[in-house]
Amino acid sequence: MSAATPAPRGVDAADSFRDDSFPLIFERSSPGRRAARPPLVPGASMAALLGDEHLRSEAPRLPEVAELDLVRHYTTLAHRQFSIDGNVYPLGSCTMKYNPKLHEAVAGYFQDVHPYQDEASAQGVLTVLAELQQDLATITGMDAVSLQPAAGAHGELAGILMIRAYHEARGEGEQRRVVICPDGAHGTNPATASMAGYDVVEVPTGPDGEVDLAAFEEALNPQVAAVMLTNPNTLGIFETRILAISEAAHAVGAQLYYDGANLNAIVGLARPGDMGFDVVHLNLHKTFTTPHGGGGPGTGPVGVKAHLAPYLPTPLLVQREDGSVGIEGPRPTAIGRLRSFYGNVGNLVRAWAYIRTLGLEGLRRVAMMAVLNANYLRVRMREAGYTIAFDRVNMHEFVAQPPEGIRTLDLAKMLLDYGVHPMTVYFPLVVREAMMVEPTETESLETLDAYAAVLGQVLRDAQADPEAARAAPHSTPVRRLDETGAARRPVLRYQPPSG
Amino acid sequence: MPYVPHSDDDVRRALEAIGVDSLEALFADLPEALRDPPIELPEALDEVALLGRVRALAARDQTSGPDFLGGGMRRHFIPTVTPHLAFQSEFVTAYTPYQPEVSQGVLQATFEYQSMMCELTGLPASNASMYDGASSVAEAALLAVRQTRRERVLVSRGVHPETIEVLQTYLWPLGIELETIELERLTTPVPEVGGDVACLIVQTPSFVGTLEPMAALTEAAHAAGALMVATVDPLSLAVLASPGEYGADIAVGDGQTIGNPVAFGGPSFGFMVVSEPLLRQLPGRLVGQTTDVDGRRAFVLTLQAREQHIRRSKAKSNICSNHQLTALMATINLAALGPEGLREMAEGSVRRAHQLADALRAAGGEVLHAERFFNEFVLRLEREPHTLRRQLSERGVRAGVSVPDAFGLGHAVVLSATELTSDADIEALLVALRELGVLEGESQPEVYS
Repeated sequence: MSAATPAPRGVDAADSFRDDSFPLIFERSSPGRRAARPPLVPGASMAALLGDEHLRSEAPRLPEVAELDLVRHYTTLAHRQFSIDGNVYPLGSCTMKYNPKLHEAVAGYFQDVHPYQDEASAQGVLTVLAELQQDLATITGMDAVSLQPAAGAHGELAGILMIRAYHEARGEGEQRRVVICPDGAHGTNPATASMAGYDVVEVPTGPDGEVDLAAFEEALNPQVAAVMLTNPNTLGIFETRILAISEAAHAVGAQLYYDGANLNAIVGLARPGDMGFDVVHLNLHKTFTTPHGGGGPGTGPVGVKAHLAPYLPTPLLVQREDGSVGIEGPRPTAIGRLRSFYGNVGNLVRAWAYIRTLGLEGLRRVAMMAVLNANYLRVRMREAGYTIAFDRVNMHEFVAQPPEGIRTLDLAKMLLDYGVHPMTVYFPLVVREAMMVEPTETESLETLDAYAAVLGQVLRDAQADPEAARAAPHSTPVRRLDETGAARRPVLRYQPPSG
Repeated sequence: MPYVPHSDDDVRRALEAIGVDSLEALFADLPEALRDPPIELPEALDEVALLGRVRALAARDQTSGPDFLGGGMRRHFIPTVTPHLAFQSEFVTAYTPYQPEVSQGVLQATFEYQSMMCELTGLPASNASMYDGASSVAEAALLAVRQTRRERVLVSRGVHPETIEVLQTYLWPLGIELETIELERLTTPVPEVGGDVACLIVQTPSFVGTLEPMAALTEAAHAAGALMVATVDPLSLAVLASPGEYGADIAVGDGQTIGNPVAFGGPSFGFMVVSEPLLRQLPGRLVGQTTDVDGRRAFVLTLQAREQHIRRSKAKSNICSNHQLTALMATINLAALGPEGLREMAEGSVRRAHQLADALRAAGGEVLHAERFFNEFVLRLEREPHTLRRQLSERGVRAGVSVPDAFGLGHAVVLSATELTSDADIEALLVALRELGVLEGESQPEVYS
């Protein structure tokens, strides 16, 4: 890798104020500078306290910058980043809704509680967690909830492992080797099934955009451990035959897993538990609006029906006799622990604040307006010249396609020149040139009108001049990247010119 | 207050455009049996009422006073500038950088993160972060199993007990055997590693604070064709030999100590840094350097064929979300401190911990492994550790992480100190321990000059 590192640029005086030579923090470094001073503790040398043989030979080459250098660097870097707070960001299946500032203030109150302090001295945060657990159980229609998983995919792993433990406890562990996923499933579903030691069978999407029931029933047999579904599915369509699917799955002894990525469409209005799901994970960074943070941390609580509760990951929150909330450790039936401590508490308290602020009526309003906005944009996008895959009343998202001969990739890059973010592109895989759009409830109709107008404009421009389309974007901090080169000769770190 | 902008007129206008006559019509696909579920939630609170409730709850949490809690997370110095910069709304409210042209902020910061983690660990390839230390260790074990095609993993007893639990959770469905090596077997002579072992996982400093003979252990692992996985506190690497220096193949750990608050256990972030031959086995996102069509340097997610959204059931891991924002906290924090500041923090932490251990010993306390520990150590007790922790808590002192029975140390607690620990904090702990009869006599604590 090191050989491929090009010479650093950006610190020559003539270049240093130019946009196109944005330096790395390492390239702003100058020996002896620093931005922060910890309290100084004088005393014996490390060699005396720890022994020479344990010490490192050279200091790590971290940047040395003054505080203003640091502030300018990360402030201007932030300006090179698109965000919800900047403009509309309608990524399908990602639920990029507004993240209330109030939640940030709430999270600040709980950041100095240590996970190992005596539980009697942590009853504030434990009460919040216990309340959230109960809220999520009633919202999903499940009997018990664990807040431990760190992300949606982590929740999936918890859920599928619980299903596996359940089958093993019933003596069917050897027999059940297969997990069924629809071909439109999120990639994490089949990846999770593999991590849990299962083989994956995909079932096709039918002509109406729902799981093909005949093909599904054909795939069912006593070797099936679980069926993983998203409802509404990744096409934004509610699986209207969900009760039949659930009945068929349970008839062969399979467990039904709910991928909660799309709960925003139905939160407060319908519950996975009532649909027959045995396990559900939620993405609190989607429906319950904890910030995505540029890729994480997420949070993926899991809920289960009573028959799976013995397998929940540990530790668990328990109600003590004196009314306080406690933490209880390992137990023999549980799948064990998925991470250290209790969960991404900083996010859990934000989600709790959201539910407390909205109440049930607020949550129902969220789902209704999310679905209203998505249908409104679907109609506007059709008017703008796009084809809608499975054109019917959709839920919180829908999938569109450009006319034949126009590439989704080009349209996405052209949108960037208008200062808006593209939708999710090339997913789900079952639709050619897919454009998966989820506006969420927090966008106004005016914003959606403007977005649709831009979509119409870029389509006309691309049709008029396909060559120019392939050259977009022009106005972004950088333009199209050599992604093939990046993968062929990976440069994954900065190295000083002399090193 | 559901943060939705729609007026009644907006709703009417939208319904008309869609061509349906009511909001209910949009939900016609929901079977009748599913509608209007009995959800029970408390009444909505306005902002003032919510903050009032939060303050009342937070008042029930002890968050100040002398603090000697460690065991995987510790309160360290975080300059004000760090969260101020990391929590700019562009960083907080961005998604995964799938459109690199408008995501250079997150992408470049991640490239800087990867570079800093390589510097700290002495290994050449870091991913863009993972959930936490424990799950990163489990992912490292899975990586070693993939790479070596062997199905047995050795783990030191000194690895955090919760991490060992997570290893068990990740390994059982795949039928991989996990064997624990007791602490006393780690040293002189180092244990023999069998030819069927995928990796040896050793934590240094260990859960009970000891520094392990990493070079000898690495040699033993490599002699058997196994990979060496070092699980480390990144702050300790300002002072201690890096995994790269002693030849480890994989460095993993939790990043809380270099820039995130303890937050009742999360979110912090996990890191994984590997040797060159293991690069394409890394789970999780990676950011690479490239150029744009105008020849400008730029950054992009790369080698994505390892990941779930491309490879589905054949992916290296199911990980999708990582811990970008908390890793950014560490990135900015490391840049704020620089090599000198980080070294001062680590050294301050070591000195305060040794000061505390000396004071306890002088007061008659039984400090174990006194010859070589970093910034945490074990104090043996006559009583049940949870009882002591509660009694100390009632006296305003947070201290006493239990040492599990599996260590065979009897009743014992881990104590830690950091650069934030003061002489007065140490005195307060000693006074409380004397009051509780854990320490006898009237001897005064020794203070380093």
